[in-house]
Amino acid sequence: MPRISAKHTQRLALAGIWGTGIVTVIILLVIIGYVLVKGVSDVSWSFLSTAPRGGLSGLGGISTVMVCTVYLIGLTMAILVPLGVGAAIYLSEYAPDNRMTRFIRYGTEVLAGVPSIVFGLFGFALFVTALHFRFSILSGALTLACLLLPTLIRTSEEALRAVPRSHREAALALGATRWQTVWRVLLPAALPGIVTGIILCIGRAMGETACLFVTMGGTTALPTSLFSGGRTLSMHLLALVMDTNAFGKALATGVVLVVAIIVINAMTNWLSQRFRARMTGGA
Amino acid sequence: MKRRYLIDRSSRGVLLICATVSVAVLLAIAVFILKESWPAFRQIGLLDFLLGTEWKPVPVGEESPEYGILAMIVGTVLVTAGALIFAIPLGIGCAILLADAAPQRIRQILRPAVELLVGIPSVVYGLVGLVLIVPVIRQIGGPGLSLAAGVIVLAAMILPTIISISEDSIRAVPKAYREGALALGATNWQTTWRVVLPAARSGIAASIVLGMGRAVGEAMAMVMVIGMATAMPNSPLDPARPMAPGIALETNYASGVHLSALFAIGVVLFLFIVILNSIAILVFKRGARA
Repeated sequence: MPRISAKHTQRLALAGIWGTGIVTVIILLVIIGYVLVKGVSDVSWSFLSTAPRGGLSGLGGISTVMVCTVYLIGLTMAILVPLGVGAAIYLSEYAPDNRMTRFIRYGTEVLAGVPSIVFGLFGFALFVTALHFRFSILSGALTLACLLLPTLIRTSEEALRAVPRSHREAALALGATRWQTVWRVLLPAALPGIVTGIILCIGRAMGETACLFVTMGGTTALPTSLFSGGRTLSMHLLALVMDTNAFGKALATGVVLVVAIIVINAMTNWLSQRFRARMTGGA
Repeated sequence: MKRRYLIDRSSRGVLLICATVSVAVLLAIAVFILKESWPAFRQIGLLDFLLGTEWKPVPVGEESPEYGILAMIVGTVLVTAGALIFAIPLGIGCAILLADAAPQRIRQILRPAVELLVGIPSVVYGLVGLVLIVPVIRQIGGPGLSLAAGVIVLAAMILPTIISISEDSIRAVPKAYREGALALGATNWQTTWRVVLPAARSGIAASIVLGMGRAVGEAMAMVMVIGMATAMPNSPLDPARPMAPGIALETNYASGVHLSALFAIGVVLFLFIVILNSIAILVFKRGARA
């Protein structure tokens, strides 16, 4: 076989790489485009503002489902944010380099790799069954908070570490205690970065289904307390596909989800750009 | 003591408690899953559970229930391997394109699109797979809901993850490496293939491990497209039931040994991910030495 010259190899390789790029773009366009184009005709004010009425044709809209999604995310964040940001502060500002710290880091890393459905089994065994929270928003929120914890710790820790050393040194030199430095100097400086992490978690919470499917029940009624069951938009989409033949409604729910994710992405991009500019002295 | 020193002292303790929560959750998961799965392991027996080919938790009539998950393990392996075969070359190729070859303008459009796709809920991927891909596969043969459909949906799902993390790691390779290779007379491609990619190896490996973990653990998108038949799949056009969706499908109504067996699948799934990660790390360490 004749040796192919370096130039020819390069040309072939570049063609291959552009090929993969084009295939990827097509896949992306098909997924987002299909959902948006096919689903948008079913999104209307009445779809957004009426409760689902069930049945084989999936009558009604998604109003109670949206309310339930908001409740769940609010409750999840109320549990998650203090724990996650607290852990991040400890790991970036206080943690000595010892076995305990390494164990915490390792545990957090392993937790990040546990599949959603295993979190679901755990939530089902502990919150739903052992603690008698039943299939409820509370069970779902607690499970979801466990699942999102490693993500929030990682993003918040990165944000705290991005704050220049000089900030800390200046505060300590002025006689501030460590906690005063954290509370008055580091947290305000890292806030956009931390908020970016929180929004990222909200996005993931909207997309989670498996761990909620086995902890929240899935009733479509408007939740009245922490102990009432419910379903999120993603669970509703799944239920529409599995239990009804209302693919139009499922696609419309998909549109709402995709638009929400687009908004969330735009927010995180904007925030993290501002944060980077601030940390590098650009603004 | 002054108040601010008291606050300083106590805050440290509170923060330490926050930091230990994730470890506590991990241990609690291990304890609960193992505890709940114990009756199943005892009653079914480890070998019968792992190597049994029949999954009949709710038998009809006089038959006794069967709890064998070999078909689920095979289903998980096949669907994950299939997805990786498509997603790895596409993902790494696309990452090289974005990091190295594409003009700035194309990158500015593609990169946010890829990031957006990382965040799209898996049920949306499942829905698109169900309405677009399943009918096409039905035309080729079989019921449509199949291993092949699962592979395609999973590949599309993990592709953005692999692209975005690989691209970051290719970009993180110091410029001096590339300049050095180019100065020695290497072509652009030789530089990318022989210098930049090996330097970015660990990040690329991490992206693959992450994608693999997502593929093994994905439940709901699989419930939608893979058919969920409990029999052993014989061809890509047959339906299958991987472990994660197998758990999700039945947990809500199961009880007794059946429920315990579902927790036991959770144990196997968890070990599976740990083993896969270790293998991936080992393989890449060996590759680094060669």
